[in-house]
Parts: sequence; structure tokens; C-alpha cells
Amino acid sequence: MSITYLEAIREAQFEALQQNPNVFLYGQDISTFGGAFKATKNLSREFPGRVFDSPISEDAMIGMAVGAAIEGARPIVEMQFADFSSVGFNQIVNQAATLFWRTNTPCPITIRLPSGGTPGSGPFHSQSMESIYAHYPGLVILTPATVEDAYWMLLESVEINDPVIFCEHKFLYYHLKSEDFGEAMPIGKARIARPGRDATIVTYSAMLHESLKAAEELRLDGYEVEVVDLRSVKPMDTDTILASVARTGRLLAVGESFPWGGVTAEIVARVSSEAFHLLDAPPMRLNSKDTPIPYHPNLWKSHRPTTGHISAALRDLLRY
Amino acid sequence: MLSARAAGSVFISISTVSVAESSLPCSSAVEAELREDFLKTLQCMMLSRTLEEKLGSLYRAGGRIVGGVYLGRGQEAFSAAAGIHLRWEKDVYGPLIRDQAGRIAYGEPILDTMRTYLGVVTGPMRGRDGNIHRGQPQKGYMAMISHLGSLVSVVSGALFARRLLGTLGDTVGATSIGDGGTSTGAFHEAINMAAVEKLPLVVSVANNQFAYSTPTTRQYACENLVDRAIGYGIDGHSVDGTDLLACLKVFRTAFQRARAGHGPQMVVGRLLRLGGHGEHDDASYIPDVKKHEHEGRDCLIVAQQQALDLGWATKVELDEWLKNARREVDKAQAQASKEPTPDPYRESWQALSTQRLAEGMGQ
Repeated sequence: MSITYLEAIREAQFEALQQNPNVFLYGQDISTFGGAFKATKNLSREFPGRVFDSPISEDAMIGMAVGAAIEGARPIVEMQFADFSSVGFNQIVNQAATLFWRTNTPCPITIRLPSGGTPGSGPFHSQSMESIYAHYPGLVILTPATVEDAYWMLLESVEINDPVIFCEHKFLYYHLKSEDFGEAMPIGKARIARPGRDATIVTYSAMLHESLKAAEELRLDGYEVEVVDLRSVKPMDTDTILASVARTGRLLAVGESFPWGGVTAEIVARVSSEAFHLLDAPPMRLNSKDTPIPYHPNLWKSHRPTTGHISAALRDLLRY
Repeated sequence: MLSARAAGSVFISISTVSVAESSLPCSSAVEAELREDFLKTLQCMMLSRTLEEKLGSLYRAGGRIVGGVYLGRGQEAFSAAAGIHLRWEKDVYGPLIRDQAGRIAYGEPILDTMRTYLGVVTGPMRGRDGNIHRGQPQKGYMAMISHLGSLVSVVSGALFARRLLGTLGDTVGATSIGDGGTSTGAFHEAINMAAVEKLPLVVSVANNQFAYSTPTTRQYACENLVDRAIGYGIDGHSVDGTDLLACLKVFRTAFQRARAGHGPQMVVGRLLRLGGHGEHDDASYIPDVKKHEHEGRDCLIVAQQQALDLGWATKVELDEWLKNARREVDKAQAQASKEPTPDPYRESWQALSTQRLAEGMGQ
């Protein structure tokens, strides 16, 4: 058996619906049609009356999920593309994220964001929103990079009594395959995806795979690069990051979102302030370019970090 | 009932129903019920006005109220006429800025209002949020955020979930908006969604003619806000928001229709905000002529006169109710004033309910 990252997301939703009668799905085209990416394929047939097509109203969709969660339901909302969640931004950061703190009422909603770039998708179907949402208190931000994590973390998201922003990467939907779902790892713990001693890459989501390829390239030059997969960017497993930097003395943070601020800046800030004495070189970070995401693959490949960019950055880091 | 569907684009205002004309209803049982609702609502209005006058004077005196004070003066009849049709801890209510009277009619103790304005930890918001941003969502009483229109989908979601989980029964949801709030995308999205789902939702639109300082001519270009109901495919009702008797009749119909499965009901009340946006605002932009128009009538005075004219209350009773209201407000103030304000050293500084996922960066 071989399962893709996308199938894992469907299976997790199947399992969530199966396990808990309070779970329902809400999103554009997700019912009979099965979703723009087929992440909810057949679920409306398997769970009649629990998978709903929504109007094109991201604001109302999130507000509705918040109200439903208050009443004890556990909605999973699909944003058709992460980019469109900006229309529901107010409801996410001001309604959902503040609810528990303001009123002591838990807000168990899961918002799925099909995230990140794919060739030809252009400025409005390619965005990575984790950095924006991580800025706000009251949200959990998950960024699975593997089939196993896509499955287990989505399933766990539904059990969490707080709003979860589930950033699933579209580039991994079909490319990434696994034999089975393996073992669940707790949310909030980072994973050493590849051990090493000369430098540490801290990354997440699709950038994990570019980073692993870069680490493999550097191996040919005799370097052993450690790669840390954050899994969740918020909470961020600072302990695992610091322990890795303690071993290697060098840090490169890699993310696909825009360069100003954000997750990679947070990683560098934490390492610089908490482990400055462990560093043998200035910490580095690599993000996409500071422009909207281009349409043509020639431009797109240069816009986001790829194996080549990461290898070059690693060489600079190791040369210091 | 003025169904927008039935009435087409013809706007039928019942604002012309004067006190004299609002003659006794046909059946005596109906009349008795209306009389009971009327007197209950009137007392809520009196309590609301008394409470808000106290809040206003505390604000002007300075030092005790934290943040601003936002009053519903002139909107009590419209607000409370909706609230009286809701059952505390049963129905879902998402009130807005000028709904103190509706909150009282719904069943919120005024002690919670006082506690929230004073920011004490015993209040439902525990000093974490204040004034009108209060509620107890677990009881179906939603706590508004400042972003207008965004509560409509939350109330709708609660109703949607109840239907899904089989807990809806005969419960209903209600929320409020003003003329300004109807211009938001959130309002449009949510009303449309509620209409698609045919939810038992009553939306009160208090057209008080000014959104902060902006007059309705700069807010919308349609002739009457209630006409929008046609576009959403929902029932629309219009009422003179200064006339309690008329408001009660219209809301009774709207709530009956919502509970009976006829989908969302939009009730537009025409009135005037008798004050500033908040107590910091002298509302000098409201022309004097507006205050002398029909909509500028004080609904509380109108309602009291209606009670006397209909023989439903005597002057002595009205005086007694006012005295009771004052006593209740003083008691709430005295109680809340001696309760503790929040202590930053005892605050958890955790925004998540899931402790193990909290980052603990509060420092």
C-alpha cells in the first residue's frame, strides 16, 4: 500500500468523522465534488449530513465555525487555498483566537490551509500564511512535512480545544508517499529528520525536503548537516533547536513564506538571544523573495528557496 | 408582519401607527399577553436607562470606569423588544453596542454590566475585556468583538451546530447591527449564509441614522435598509423604533416566524441615537432638526405614555418601578465597587486553553 500526503489528509478527516459525531466539515465545493484537491473525496457519501458546501464567504465560514464550536461541535473548515484565508483573517485572529482568553470558552476549530507554491499557480494560489497567523496569540500553527504527520497531526488537531491553523503543503499532496501512517508524534515536538554535526537547518513543511536534498549534496563535500523538522511552528520546540545548535554551532533557518519577519526570523531571534555563546557563525535565514509569488515556473523556481539556494547558503555558513 | 417577499419592493412602514391608533388587540388573551410583555419590557427599559445614566455619570466623574462608555439611549424599546423574546441560557443572543436594554430583557444580571465596566475579576470578562464586549458564550450569550458584522456568523454557527447535533429544539438566535454595520462584508456574508441554511435567526437593524458621525446618506444608497431582505431571500420587517408597542408586535411576529422554520428575519427599526457614539462624543454633528423629528422621540417617554394611555400602568406604578431600578443599580454599583480588580501577577498570560501547547512567552 502506498498513501500520498493528500490521501492522508482525507483519511484523517474520515477517521475524525468516524470517531466523533460532533465533527463536521465545512468548505467550498467539499461535499459531492470532494473539494478542489479532492481532500474530502467521498466523505459526503460516507458521512451524510456532515459535509457541507459553503458559500464563497471565508469570513462567515470561520465565524460560523466559531459559533458551532461554542455549541460543542468540532468543525474542520477547508479554505480552498491558504491565500483566501485572508478574507477570513478577522474572524481567525480576532474572533477565534481571542475567544478562550476573553470568555473562558474553548474554541476547538481546525482550519485547513492548502498552502505553498506549485508551478504555475501565481500570486494568489501559492501563499504560505504560517508566519502571519503565528504572530497572533491564541492559535496553534501546524506545518506537517510528512505523510505520517499530515495524518496524525490533523487527527490530533480536531481533538485540540483551541483554533488550529493546519498548513498542508500542496506541493507535497501528490509527490509525497508513504507505506503507512507510522507512529504518532506529539504536537509541539520537533523531529531530527537527519542527524549531523557541522551545521543545523531548522525548517518545516515542503522546505524540509529541499533541505534534506541540500544536506545530501553537502555530504558529498564531507559535511554532515543536521536537519530539524519543526512540525509545528507554534508552539515552536525551542529546546530541540537549541540542542541541535549546541551540537553544530551553526544555524540556517529555512522557510517558504515571505522574508520580512516570520518563522525563520523567530528561530534566529531565539537562537541568538538564548544561545549566542553556542554559535560559531552568524545565524542565517533563507526565505522566498520579497515580491508576490510569480506565475511562470522559471521565475517561481527562483522565488522560493530550493535545494540549490539552500546548498549555497550552507556553503556560506560553513565557510565562515 | 411585513414579509419582504410578500411586500415586494413596497416599503410599508408601521411607524405611522400612533399611540392612539395602537388600539387594543382583537382577542383578550392576545391582549393580556401583549400587556404582560409590554410591562416587562418597559421595566427593562427603565432599568437600562437608569443603569446607563449611572455609567455615564461615573464616566464623567472619572477614575472608576475603565475605558469608554457606550450607551443605548433612544434604542431601548427596539433593543428590549427583541430581548424579551429570548430565553436566558436557552436561546442564542449576540447583542451589540447599544443593547443594554436587550441584554437585561434577555436575562443578564446588571451586576455583570457593572462588573465589566469596572473591570473587576468577578465579572464575566475578568478584566480581560470590557464594557459592551461581554458575554458568556457557553450559555449562548455571545461576547461581541469590535469588528461590526462579525457576530452574525457566530450566532448563525451556534444555530447550525444545534441543528446538526440535535439540540436546536424550539431555540432561536438573535443578533443586532446598526445602519453602519450593514455596510460590512462580514454582515453580508453572514446574512447570506444564514439565509442559505435557513437558520432560525432574527437580526435587528437599528437604523439610528449615524454610524459614529457618518450619516446614512454616506452609508448606503438604497431607499430602505429593509429592502435588502429581498436580496437575501429572507423576511424583512420595518418598525418605528421609538414605539415600544409596535416593536413588540413586530418582533413577536419575527420570532414566531423564525421559530416556525421560515428562516432568518430582518427587523429594521427607524430611530435616532439620543447621544454620542460613546460618552466621549458630544454628537455635535447631529443637527438639532433631527432631534425634533419623529425618530428623535425618546422611546422611554413614549412607552410610559402608552402604558398610561392604555391603562396598563399608573403613574404611581411607574414611579415605583423607577425607584426599584435606582435601588437595583445602586446595589450593583456598591457590590461591584468592592470587588477586586485583576492582578497582573496572578494572570496566567496564556491565550490557549491547551496548557501543553502554550508557549509561555508572557514573561
